[in-house]
Amino acid sequence: MALHDKDRIFTNLYGYQPWNLPAAQARGDWDNTKALLERGQDAIIQEVKDSGLRGRGGAGFPTGMKWSFMPKESKDGRPSFLVINADESEPGSCKDREIIRHDPHKLLEGALVAGFAMRARAAYIYIRGEYIREAETLFAARDEAYAAGLLGKNACGSGYDFDVFVHRGAGAYICGEETAMIESLEGKKGQPRLKPPFPAGAGLYGCPTTVNNVESIAVAPTILRRGAAWFSSFGRENNKGTKLFQISGHVNRPCVVEEEMSIPFSELIEKHCGGIRGGRDNLLAVIPGGSSVPLVPAAEIWDAPMDFDGLKAVGSGLGTAAVIVMDKSTDIVRAISRLSYFYKHESCGQCTPCREGTGWMWRVMERLRTGDADVSEIDMLQQVTKQVEGHTICALGDAAAWPIQGLIRHFRPEIERRIATRAGDVREAAE
Amino acid sequence: MPKVKVDGVELEVPVGATVLQACELAGKEIPRFCYHERLSIAGNCRMCLVEVKPGPPKPQASCALPAAEGQEIRTDSEMVKKAREGVMEFLLINHPLDCPICDQGGECDLQDQSVAYGRGTSRFHEHKRAVTEKYMGPLIKTTMTRCIQCTRCVRFSEEVAGVDEIGALYRGENMQITTYLEKAATHELSANVIDLCPVGALTSGPYAFEARPWELKKTLAIDVSDAIGSNVRLDSRGREVLRILPRVNDDVNEEWLSDRGRFLVDGLTRRRLDKPWLRRDGKLVAASWAEAFDAVAKINPGSSVAVIAGDLVDCETMFAAKALAGALGSSLLEGRQTGLAYDCSNLAAVNFNSTLAGIEEADAVLIIGSMVRDEAPLLNTRLRKAVKKGAKVFIVGPHWDPTYPATFLGDDLAVLGDLPADVVAAFEGAAKPAVIVGGAGLAKGGREAALALSERFNIVREGWNGFNVVHMAASRMGGLMLGYAQKGGIADLIAAKPKMVISLGADEVDFTKFADSMIVHIGHHGDKAAHAADVILPAAAFSEKDGTYVNTEGRVQYGEKAVFAPGEAREDWTILRAMADALGVTVGFDSFEQLRAAMVAAVPALGTEGLADYGALPAAPAGVKPEGAIAGYPIKDRYLTNAIGRASPTLQRCSAELIHGEAQAEAAE
Repeated sequence: MALHDKDRIFTNLYGYQPWNLPAAQARGDWDNTKALLERGQDAIIQEVKDSGLRGRGGAGFPTGMKWSFMPKESKDGRPSFLVINADESEPGSCKDREIIRHDPHKLLEGALVAGFAMRARAAYIYIRGEYIREAETLFAARDEAYAAGLLGKNACGSGYDFDVFVHRGAGAYICGEETAMIESLEGKKGQPRLKPPFPAGAGLYGCPTTVNNVESIAVAPTILRRGAAWFSSFGRENNKGTKLFQISGHVNRPCVVEEEMSIPFSELIEKHCGGIRGGRDNLLAVIPGGSSVPLVPAAEIWDAPMDFDGLKAVGSGLGTAAVIVMDKSTDIVRAISRLSYFYKHESCGQCTPCREGTGWMWRVMERLRTGDADVSEIDMLQQVTKQVEGHTICALGDAAAWPIQGLIRHFRPEIERRIATRAGDVREAAE
Repeated sequence: MPKVKVDGVELEVPVGATVLQACELAGKEIPRFCYHERLSIAGNCRMCLVEVKPGPPKPQASCALPAAEGQEIRTDSEMVKKAREGVMEFLLINHPLDCPICDQGGECDLQDQSVAYGRGTSRFHEHKRAVTEKYMGPLIKTTMTRCIQCTRCVRFSEEVAGVDEIGALYRGENMQITTYLEKAATHELSANVIDLCPVGALTSGPYAFEARPWELKKTLAIDVSDAIGSNVRLDSRGREVLRILPRVNDDVNEEWLSDRGRFLVDGLTRRRLDKPWLRRDGKLVAASWAEAFDAVAKINPGSSVAVIAGDLVDCETMFAAKALAGALGSSLLEGRQTGLAYDCSNLAAVNFNSTLAGIEEADAVLIIGSMVRDEAPLLNTRLRKAVKKGAKVFIVGPHWDPTYPATFLGDDLAVLGDLPADVVAAFEGAAKPAVIVGGAGLAKGGREAALALSERFNIVREGWNGFNVVHMAASRMGGLMLGYAQKGGIADLIAAKPKMVISLGADEVDFTKFADSMIVHIGHHGDKAAHAADVILPAAAFSEKDGTYVNTEGRVQYGEKAVFAPGEAREDWTILRAMADALGVTVGFDSFEQLRAAMVAAVPALGTEGLADYGALPAAPAGVKPEGAIAGYPIKDRYLTNAIGRASPTLQRCSAELIHGEAQAEAAE
């Protein structure tokens, strides 16, 4: 069970070939896109639904279903928009970046196909502020596509007018949240909106909007060309397709690799990353889906299938499939404390539990790191995370709470040991 | 109407109601900080969390969730209690424990709700956040460490006032509310954020450390700083009114108050006329009441008497003066001090007929010579709402910033006879068209032109009267109802060369035109009229007497007496009553009740609270040809429009700093 080269969607993931239009066309992008569009909107959405593609941005919402929420016709003259989320800021995630810098035409073609399917007037690609070279590539690729008549008026000769705008963010993690991204695109302070109304009803400039991850959009043309049956032949039920995994941390060869969904963790590591640094026994824990999901200790992760349901079963999640591997040299409390700092820094400050809670959690985590705390404060911290989780407007509060909950669940003895050691030190010094 | 269940009790709620409103209908109190009925929903304080089924297994923000058929809402479950405790704890961890020195104490939402919904103890052992103060102008005092980021002030400025002056900077726990570059909040409604702030972050600067709310006596009164007749509450302690706050009245001021109406309060204790004065050899000298009335008696004017009513007086005072003049045989009464002489034979043609609440529904509005923001700030918020609903606004007159999109048609009234095609199209297509004539319009014959337009565009129709005049004086409509209008305006009084002119706080009159008359001034402030007066009889300000006021829409309202007038000053009607004795005539009343009864007998509309009925609009006068450019608007300085305001150090500072841009010298430290 392993993905063959012929079944890879991202054939230039490592940039061995140029990114530009001729090279992309040689790889099969923009190949008679007109014919794809001629299948009609409903047929495209049905094909994507049949493929079982789930959103690649982290939440795993079925992509075809999301597209089908868009209005079939505008009753009041409002246009529809597609917003593509390229604000990849989750610690550990680096897949959209590879797509944009080495295969931008896959994304642009996907934008046209997806935008056409949801009857959108234009697509806005919101690219992370720190992705400077990537944004340059994307701007250039977009200009190439316009010059070749693939985008703009009468895109690909299909008779459909479709514009793609690339918008650079300013480096705020929260702008990766879909409604905060819409606010930011509108020129406002990047703060998530209340839902309902959902973006499909009133999104960008109050118009129906769908926000999709780069990877979800970029795989769409290939799914249409090779068929839903091909895509859904990979992975387990409800977890179909291929996926870009980003393995970082204490493996011998960190990499971004396209693999089948549901591949066991062990196979992913052994086959593509040259194994854990220091061998399997040296593995401490893994954060399997980017910083927002709880960590999983070595014993539980080893045979787990890397998909939405498989990781949920071990108390974590697939997220963006950013696998952060930590061996036994890791100061695990410090690692999670650093993540807490990240969420404190990136909280937008709009709603109370997240604004006040992230700072509190980080400060307690810092004391737990050094053991400067009371054992009862572990339970208090757990309660505080529960007070944040599920009480906020967007999911950043949840994302800040989960890593700490994972730590307490699996490494409570380690935290208690630090507190006890430090308390012991103090007693000696006092005598 | 969807049916929902709140804590097991089933009830129907209006379509479009939120879960929070449904809970309130069911009699359940939902704690909240960011939610406010008159502002957009932010949903960010998370205090109003309730449990809703069907829905995700977590508490929902009830302020933002629409009530839907079949919802089961719980406000008393363990989950809700925990959620409230949690949010309360988060709000308090970075909130300073400075309630004893905080002016919000006693009327603080955070204080009240932490008692009701908080946990009782804190588990937070880290350092608390501190935030530097922000400068928000002479009216708003900031203590931003107390801010809980509810963003009510931000939303008020953007949505109601229509100015982007307050916003949030930074993110996460560093988020701060501030004015842009710490410039002062300069708009005419800025101080309403003090009332909106649920904590002590934004408090009243001039009122700082004056009193605690439980020490104050509350009196219901009517604002006299403009003709809107905002409903206010006077908070007084002992003999001093310490602050003025708006009361809720959806028909008039909603729950806002203009800055000048709120902060004229410290003018009530300054520059007061607290004893009678007489002019001897060109100089004013203090006198006793007996000497003053002797002086009045010595004038012995016969029937050669004229009465000029000022902008702030109540109907009873005007009626008493009218009765006195009538007893002496004169009917020379006028209230339009600056010389306006529009035709008052039909009061419907000088009234704001759409009503203030009704103007929100207008879909095409033509403003003729009115700088609404200065002349009637709370009318402008209504117009802003109308524009948000899609109304088109056209303005004739010099440019000003209305805070909403509006088309200026030039300064020249001639444009009214030859309206541009888009204005005609807007008015012909409108379901509820309206014209508004302001002071500058009235001066140039804009009223007659507006009447002509009303006929042309059929502005009065079934269920709608779009003909409006906006006045600037709190006494104006009452005065007109009581006959304080001569055909030629104040010029008729000048031409009559009266032996005695009674000024009822008439501080805007050019008294040089009355050089040959003896001027008896019944007023409360040592302002312009006092300088010209021959006899000064100290009277009561609006806070020191009961009174009836009629606002620009013809709404009769009653204000009550909060404190006694200072020194030897007396209520106006008693002075007029005593003058009648001095002049040897009878006026027919010996008590305030008798006075009011006589007034109501003469003008029955003043006896009922609410809108007076002025009948139908008159036909437009024939052959009206509007012309002439409006050179400017009557209000040059929106803070110093009346005698009380001019005496107020706070409003003087506002004028200097916000209108004239003078930097204020801070006390050297």
